[in-house]
Amino acid sequence: MSKTKLLQGNDACAEGALYAGCRFFAGYPITPSTEVAEFMSKELPKVGGHFIQMEDEIAAMGAVIGGSLAGAKSLTATSGPGFSLKQESLGYAMLTEVPCVVLNVMRGGPSTGVPTGPGQSDIMQCKWGTHGDHPVICLTPGYVQEIFDETIRAFNLSEKYRTPVIIAYDEIVGHMRERVEIPDAGVIPVIDRTKPPKGLDKYLPYDDTKGDVPPMANFFEGYRYHVTGLNHAPDGFPVNASPRIQTDEERLIRKVDGNRKDICKNETYKLEDAEIAIFAYGSTARGAKDAIDAARAEGIKVGLFRPLTIWPFPDEAVAEVAKKVKTIIVPELSLGQIILEVQRVSAGQCKIEGIFRVDGDPIYPAQILAKIKEVK
Amino acid sequence: MAFDYNQFIRAGKLPHIWCPGCTYGIVFKSIIRSLDAIKQNKDDLAVVSGIGCASRLPGYLDANTLHTAHGRALTFATGIKMVRPEKRVIALSGDGDATAIGGNHFIHACRRNIDITVLVLNNFIYGMTGGQHSPTTPKGHIATTMPYGNIDPNFDIPKLAIGAGASFVARGTAYHVPALDKLLIEAINHKGLSVVEIVNACPTTHGRRNKFKNPTDQLLWMKDTFLPAAAFEKLPPEKTEGKLPMGVLYKKEDATEYCENYDAMAQGVRQKIEGRA
Repeated sequence: MSKTKLLQGNDACAEGALYAGCRFFAGYPITPSTEVAEFMSKELPKVGGHFIQMEDEIAAMGAVIGGSLAGAKSLTATSGPGFSLKQESLGYAMLTEVPCVVLNVMRGGPSTGVPTGPGQSDIMQCKWGTHGDHPVICLTPGYVQEIFDETIRAFNLSEKYRTPVIIAYDEIVGHMRERVEIPDAGVIPVIDRTKPPKGLDKYLPYDDTKGDVPPMANFFEGYRYHVTGLNHAPDGFPVNASPRIQTDEERLIRKVDGNRKDICKNETYKLEDAEIAIFAYGSTARGAKDAIDAARAEGIKVGLFRPLTIWPFPDEAVAEVAKKVKTIIVPELSLGQIILEVQRVSAGQCKIEGIFRVDGDPIYPAQILAKIKEVK
Repeated sequence: MAFDYNQFIRAGKLPHIWCPGCTYGIVFKSIIRSLDAIKQNKDDLAVVSGIGCASRLPGYLDANTLHTAHGRALTFATGIKMVRPEKRVIALSGDGDATAIGGNHFIHACRRNIDITVLVLNNFIYGMTGGQHSPTTPKGHIATTMPYGNIDPNFDIPKLAIGAGASFVARGTAYHVPALDKLLIEAINHKGLSVVEIVNACPTTHGRRNKFKNPTDQLLWMKDTFLPAAAFEKLPPEKTEGKLPMGVLYKKEDATEYCENYDAMAQGVRQKIEGRA
């Protein structure tokens, strides 16, 4: 029997993590993400998992990677400044291909910014926050039920592709309460990392000869291998100035970009005959739906494109939209970040208009409606 | 029969990257002898390091090994230990790694008293980056970022560890090798966080700039400077000037260990739930 609960967005993330088999959480308190840590601290001991509040954000990210290597699906949750501190180790997890999930409940910034207000201004940090070239998968749910579902998907993608997955939503959906259906265990498929067969003479943790995602052994399971943040050979040991560095880094990006069909997910709303499209995710997409209904009542043909996977960016799908409409409106809780990607992929085929807000308030449907009428 | 170091060395991964005269090889062998002495199963051992010369050691060791980011060894090690508390975890850092960039992690790991053996290989300098001063560089010593002599006050690593709550704290040197073997065995066997400061020599970036003509001079300095803790205690203050104690400096047998505390708490929670059901 599935359960129905009234849950806050952050609690739904924790519920989703537990459903996906997460058994380790390391974190550091930061508004507006803290409820995830509080929920996990209460629930993990009940299911044989472990929770630890570390001394800082950097420590939390390191512990999550250690926990995952030791065999537990691992989660951490943070917000803007904490997400900045996690970046070095997030890059480490990308290069070393350690699955884990990092939640960033976005608030205003830069610096301490608006800790209790919503923001979407970390969306480029999600993509480019750490150093070097690397793959990024980032999911952007906008409803509480969706946070539950997408958190499970985040763990599944993380395990399937041996890479950290970021979930980014704004404070509004993180703190919003809605009805959530939690199915019985097994109803939603849960993916576990592919392990190497037992009894191999030599296990190569980064052997790419049989595919872009090499099987991953956990520590203490008999394959004593080496993990390093240095560029490495298939056996995990450092290599310097070798063609291997380039081919391996290209593989890391390819294992995400080359699987866009599996990873990318988006929703459209009344977009079929639209002359104006709105590109929005998270709370701004909810406001956009109301604005679209109001505009449609007045006979304006407008629809929504809502990415649930924002990285890798849905290049092809947005380019298709750009071909068909006169204008794409991008409402953002920032002074213009994801609009740059919309501009890039639309390549001048239609006009692009932004609605930018960073004063701690949501973008209201009326604001979006006014813009729709302006560009009509 | 000669001691078989190869049982714990990864085939094909030598030679190491350390400079001639570096004492890390001495420590490496001491670690291997101590693992052999306690009959450590290699599959059940994780060795975690940060960044720097010392942090390359796990790569040569046949275990589950993790070379992490600068200063972060203890954070990764904590995650591993929390998830698999029944396994042996050794964290290995240099002086800069453990007490500068990783200083916060170091004191909090000590405070928790989590069952990790922390080996701080102190060579008083940032070796891999070319000889900048670290939190343990002696006053007045030349470093590339202290060209006029170090003015930075320095840490006494064992005192820092004791103050932060570690339940086993010791100091050894690369000169006093049999004593170091003994210390490592005791530290690894200790339940709770154990810290061993291992005093080392970096002839390349520290010694030659600071009046140690050759690597031997630095070993002889260790011989003259470090006294067994019991002997050190008995000396009058005027005779301990410029000397430091070595051996086990602090041991608390009844301190509770972090993972055991967590598991006891979790068990209590589950029993309560079952009782209600």
